[in-house]
Amino acid sequence: MNKIIKYVLHDIFRNRILLAYVVLLSLSSFGLFMMNEDVSKGLSSLLTVLLIVVPLVSILFTTIYFFNSYEFIELLVAQPLKRSNILLGVYAGVGLSLLTAFWIGIGLPVIIFDGTATGWYFILSGSLLTMVFVSLAFLASVITRDKTRGIGIAMMLWFYFTLIFDGILLMVMFAFSDYPLEKLTIFLSCLNPVDLARIMVLLKMDISALMGYTGAVFNQFFGSSLGIVLSMTVMLIWIILPISIALRIFKRKNL
Amino acid sequence: MIELEGLQKHYGKIQALRGISLNFDPEQVVALVGPNASGKTTLIKCLLGMVIPDGGRILFDKNDIAGDVNYKRRIGYMPQIGRYPDNMRMGYLFGMMKDLGKNRITEHFDEELLATFNLEEMFAKPMRALSGGTRQKVSAALAFMFNPDVIILDEPTAGLDPLASEILKQKIQKERKAGKLILITSHIMSEVEEIADSIAYIVEGEAKFFKRIQDIKSETGEERLGKALFHLLSK
Repeated sequence: MNKIIKYVLHDIFRNRILLAYVVLLSLSSFGLFMMNEDVSKGLSSLLTVLLIVVPLVSILFTTIYFFNSYEFIELLVAQPLKRSNILLGVYAGVGLSLLTAFWIGIGLPVIIFDGTATGWYFILSGSLLTMVFVSLAFLASVITRDKTRGIGIAMMLWFYFTLIFDGILLMVMFAFSDYPLEKLTIFLSCLNPVDLARIMVLLKMDISALMGYTGAVFNQFFGSSLGIVLSMTVMLIWIILPISIALRIFKRKNL
Repeated sequence: MIELEGLQKHYGKIQALRGISLNFDPEQVVALVGPNASGKTTLIKCLLGMVIPDGGRILFDKNDIAGDVNYKRRIGYMPQIGRYPDNMRMGYLFGMMKDLGKNRITEHFDEELLATFNLEEMFAKPMRALSGGTRQKVSAALAFMFNPDVIILDEPTAGLDPLASEILKQKIQKERKAGKLILITSHIMSEVEEIADSIAYIVEGEAKFFKRIQDIKSETGEERLGKALFHLLSK
């Protein structure tokens, strides 16, 4: 498996799209930090980039990369290598590359401008978010053979988690505003890793104005530290679950 | 050496294999022959574990291959269309395959085809820049690389130039004499006649017959294999 990771890394690090991703992230981080006098304002602006751009690039890049490496995967399956090692090798390779890009593009500037615990939580939350969407991309890639359909599914997932889900949440709250909704809200938030990433950072930053309803409920219910631990745990489940399902499907897939 | 027992596979509603049973022994060249879409490639992919059969089983040296990967150490495979990572240079590809297959060989890599096809000259080229024929040469060189006991070649000479296909045929004969089992698929009857010992004829996912070429000829009284097969099938 280590060898597969090595060859995937060798392949991806020469990829121009990944380089463009690093440049885009660095430009937005440095730009936002320099424009805002206040570091925490810069960080909260950067949070928007984190919640929209990072999931989008992670899921799209991974799906496209998977389909472009289909030949490579086929070649490996004909060799005496376990299918689980092949898929997890490619997964680890893609995940490591996107994480590295994120660490250079956003992690480094955040540490330079805000070396506090908040900055580190910001990076942790972005790293988890990256891996969640890499996992989801693998799931989208193995359930179909067709590249266009795979990318379509990946886009739909992104749309769902970044836009549609919030709409549904709002509708639920509006419709049932007469009832106590705290527990339901916590449950619904757990269904959206993007929201969890946001809550995780905002709980640490302690900006109640930006927390939104779900963040406020988390804060009220768990307090900031337990809330962070909980959202982190649920995000880990969001990483493990899709890739496990993808692995099960891939083991029986006809290539 | 390889036993197929009632192998079945369907893709959706299409039944690709309908219970094929065949036995392949070492030191021979077996040609899988049959119309397009008769299930030859599916059969090969089942052997390689790339497609998982719905029913029946495959024994490799008496061991069921389901869930196993180690038996693949002893198989070399040349696909019908060799597809490789676009950006990878040819030299790097060979290096990688050797690295991944280090535990597959006891002595040294078989690089004979690499030399006779003059592939080393093109080691700096990325795989996407290669012609179809050159990719076929790469596939062939990789199939023999690990000195495997079983060599599976899916339409090996399609797309190869005359010289290269002659080199490949000679290599096949050489390995056969060394005691290997070689499975090929081909639509070119003159070629099958030249290199194969027996024919497994597959139609619509079933093995119609599995005979020695000599027997087919003497049975039908025809000199040419193509004609003999035509006789046998139109009966």
